[in-house]
Amino acid sequence: MKQTILSTLILCLSIATYAQSEKYVPAMKKNIAMLDSAMQKGNAKELANNFERIGEAEKNQWLPYYYAAYAQILITYTEKDKTKVDPIADKAEELITKAEAIAGKENSEIAVIKSMIATAHMGVDPQSRYMKYGPVAVSNLEKAKALDPANPRPVYLDGQQKFYTPPAFGGGKDIAKALFEKALTMFDTFKAESELHPSWGKAATQYFLSMASK
Amino acid sequence: MMNKMLFFLLLTGSSAFAQINISGKILDNKNKPLAGISISLKNTYDGTTTDSLGNFSFITTEKGEQTLEASSSGYRSFEQKINLSGTALTVNISLKELVTELKAVVISAGTFEASDQKKTTVLNPIDIVTTASANADITAALKTLPGTQQVGETEGLFVRGGTAAESKTFIDGTLVNNFYYSSEPGLAARGRFNPFLFKGTIFSAGGYSALYGQALSSALILESIDLPTQSSADIAISYLAVGAGIQQLAKNKKSSWGLSYDYTDLRLAFKLIKQKPDYFNVPVLHNVDANFRIKTSKTGILKYYGMLGSTKVGFRYGDIDSAGMKDAFSLKNINMYHNLSWREKIGNGLKMTTGISYSTNKDDIHSEFQNENNQKQTLTTPILFAYKNFDVATHGNYANAKVVIEKRLTGLSAIRFGSEYNYSNDKTEVTLYNAKTVETVKENLVSGFAEADIYITNDIAAKVGTRAEHSSLLDKWNIAPRLSLAYKLADNSQASFAYGIFYQDPEKRYLPSAANLDYAKATHYIVQYQKLSNSRTFRTEVFYKKYQDLFKTTANTGKETAVSNKGYGEAKGFELFWRDKKTIKNVDYWISYSYLDTKRDFLNYPTEIEPSFASKHTASLVVKKFVTKLKTQFNGSYTYASGRPYYNIRYDNAASAYKIYDAGRTKDYNSLSFSVNYLPNIGKANASKFTVIVFSVTNVLGANNIYSYNYSYNGLNKQPVTPPSKRFFYLGCFISFGIDRTENAVNNLIL
Repeated sequence: MKQTILSTLILCLSIATYAQSEKYVPAMKKNIAMLDSAMQKGNAKELANNFERIGEAEKNQWLPYYYAAYAQILITYTEKDKTKVDPIADKAEELITKAEAIAGKENSEIAVIKSMIATAHMGVDPQSRYMKYGPVAVSNLEKAKALDPANPRPVYLDGQQKFYTPPAFGGGKDIAKALFEKALTMFDTFKAESELHPSWGKAATQYFLSMASK
Repeated sequence: MMNKMLFFLLLTGSSAFAQINISGKILDNKNKPLAGISISLKNTYDGTTTDSLGNFSFITTEKGEQTLEASSSGYRSFEQKINLSGTALTVNISLKELVTELKAVVISAGTFEASDQKKTTVLNPIDIVTTASANADITAALKTLPGTQQVGETEGLFVRGGTAAESKTFIDGTLVNNFYYSSEPGLAARGRFNPFLFKGTIFSAGGYSALYGQALSSALILESIDLPTQSSADIAISYLAVGAGIQQLAKNKKSSWGLSYDYTDLRLAFKLIKQKPDYFNVPVLHNVDANFRIKTSKTGILKYYGMLGSTKVGFRYGDIDSAGMKDAFSLKNINMYHNLSWREKIGNGLKMTTGISYSTNKDDIHSEFQNENNQKQTLTTPILFAYKNFDVATHGNYANAKVVIEKRLTGLSAIRFGSEYNYSNDKTEVTLYNAKTVETVKENLVSGFAEADIYITNDIAAKVGTRAEHSSLLDKWNIAPRLSLAYKLADNSQASFAYGIFYQDPEKRYLPSAANLDYAKATHYIVQYQKLSNSRTFRTEVFYKKYQDLFKTTANTGKETAVSNKGYGEAKGFELFWRDKKTIKNVDYWISYSYLDTKRDFLNYPTEIEPSFASKHTASLVVKKFVTKLKTQFNGSYTYASGRPYYNIRYDNAASAYKIYDAGRTKDYNSLSFSVNYLPNIGKANASKFTVIVFSVTNVLGANNIYSYNYSYNGLNKQPVTPPSKRFFYLGCFISFGIDRTENAVNNLIL
């Protein structure tokens, strides 16, 4: 009898944990798949909330919070009212801090998000904020490259910055184009750790490459 | 087997029946629907986001007791226990808005703030150094804001009908006794402090906080920078000055130190730009400063800034009481300033900000009566000429200490209290003709203050404070209440009101006095309307200021001395400010206008008159444009001020009273200034240095500005007081090594 109770208990427990991760992977996959079209569809906020919910339920996965932070950044790209950007970027900061705490240490992908957060803050009032946020954005991109030299995302973001910088200031299409091309070859060889790990950015790189080639 | 079957049935059965729909609407406390709010069952995957009408609906497979949770930044989180038992649920939720810095109304009546973060920012620190007319002088940049007067013959800020002495400057909380270089007749001295030392500037044109006192009109509150982001070295070269500095940041980024030295010599400048006074000692200045900053904890920082400077200058100008004679004025100044401040969280939600400062100032003034060959003349008839040779040596010692304890309450509400101590010892030695007098004026001013910030909702806030002071010099107490209110009218517009009583000691130069003096007093009433968006700012203020107990002076003993508090006056007016970074592409401009109606009876005024430092209308236009292709920023500014009254006030022996013998009004003041900042290294990848070349011209059009008139002793000769040269040119180059500002600048431009 004792034996039966124990085995039932073990069975129940294993079902419970199995069920949880069973739910985790499809839920993540479904939401990650929707990220690519979030900017066109304008549902980044919804996705950010979805990821955050998964993060709250899962407690020991850093990826849900990572994607929640990334989705928050996507909201800032389409937000026309600049006064609303700071609280969104602050929220992203809060989420990426949680992700980092769970991951145990900073990694290349987290550094990429930190750079994007600083860029979002700076965009509110570049003239007066670049002194504070400029170095944060740049150093995190450099850190992302150093932590994982194979990661194409910091190279793509670097290219994006150069793309918007006039040639007189050390930017321009030619420099950007070289970076996008480099990022693309990196995307081709880049292998994400799992199907849930970050792999975004290739389509955007292709888009920017076509713009830079015009 | 039976068991197993049952278990299987149970499992499938439950999942088939447990699809429960939860829906509802989320509103804020004003019943406005909230979009984009995350709603979920706590610790599950189930949930959704509200639509634009605040509606939500989701399906869950959970059952039993669960917690429904709704959260969004800026709102108090909502949690409610619900029981899922097969039937659909409808839950309507009201979220309470939290009082947050981002949404709350800002107590802003009377105040202009320059910082790089706060949303109330009207100017940022870069604006101060790129304002064309300012030549990187803090107060000159503030003179493009409403409320200030274009007084060019003496230093300081003349605010809303107040004298320069009614404006005080504070660095990291403590009073600065000699913010400006020593005064020279007819010239406005610059501020001693480099604008790059400060990360925040608050300029209050009235109604300021109970944390500050002893200024009837205005407080300029400067906050020094914390740790630098990187180590660096700087060199500055211009045709006026050379300087070099170093900033060293420790490897652990927890402390830093810095040193700099500047040498200013105007010989070349005065050769190129003709000066009206005849300089026999062209101004030479030495300035050394040092700083250190240490992080004392995650939130605490200890900061030191110290400066030692010397000035030497001498010039001759035509004597107003005689033909062909001259007065030769020379000044030697040594000034030392130290400031140590510490801020730290001390537990129990308390934050302490404390600071001490010590400074000494020594002026040696020598004035000689000279003939046309620049030889000293000692004449005793008329007796007036005997007093044209004189020496004045002043030596001031000043110590200030302040401690402020802040307790944060819920939301943004807070209480603050503390104490301040100001010590001054001014010794003056005057040698007039052949008599020497030595006078010392000592003051120990002890103050206590308390203030509360009360945020009732995001839409309404109040700041209530009181300050009490005791002066050993006057042997009197004063109690000064202060009150500010702010009310949000719409998302980006608000109305504010400020009221306050302000007390001030007599100026030291009218002391010592045998009379039983009291504090001078001013009462401010300010109403403000402000509309802010990210790229546009509009604000208007109406004010009324009542002056009581102003100091009256007589010169019966040969020196102008305070004799009573029988002076009085009032000032009223309105001001407009408009800044726009949007309408014209890549152009940022601001316009300010001030209307001032003021009268006062003080010092030796025979009656209540319009003071000689007040213009009725003052307006400024400041324009900035960065041209990317040229790597150059172009800055222009134009200032207009309507004519100021001037008087010849003399003592009428027959009537035993002061009398106005002559009066008039100067012509209007106009000045157009222009400056160019060229950044050749900007954007160069891996540039090891960052260079800025600055060229500026003040009064481009060469308007003949007259600030006021001086009268001879007998009132028969009247001479205009004008700027020492019509135009002034500046050409300089700043090179910074180490800090790669290039990257910053690039990032600035990509957006």
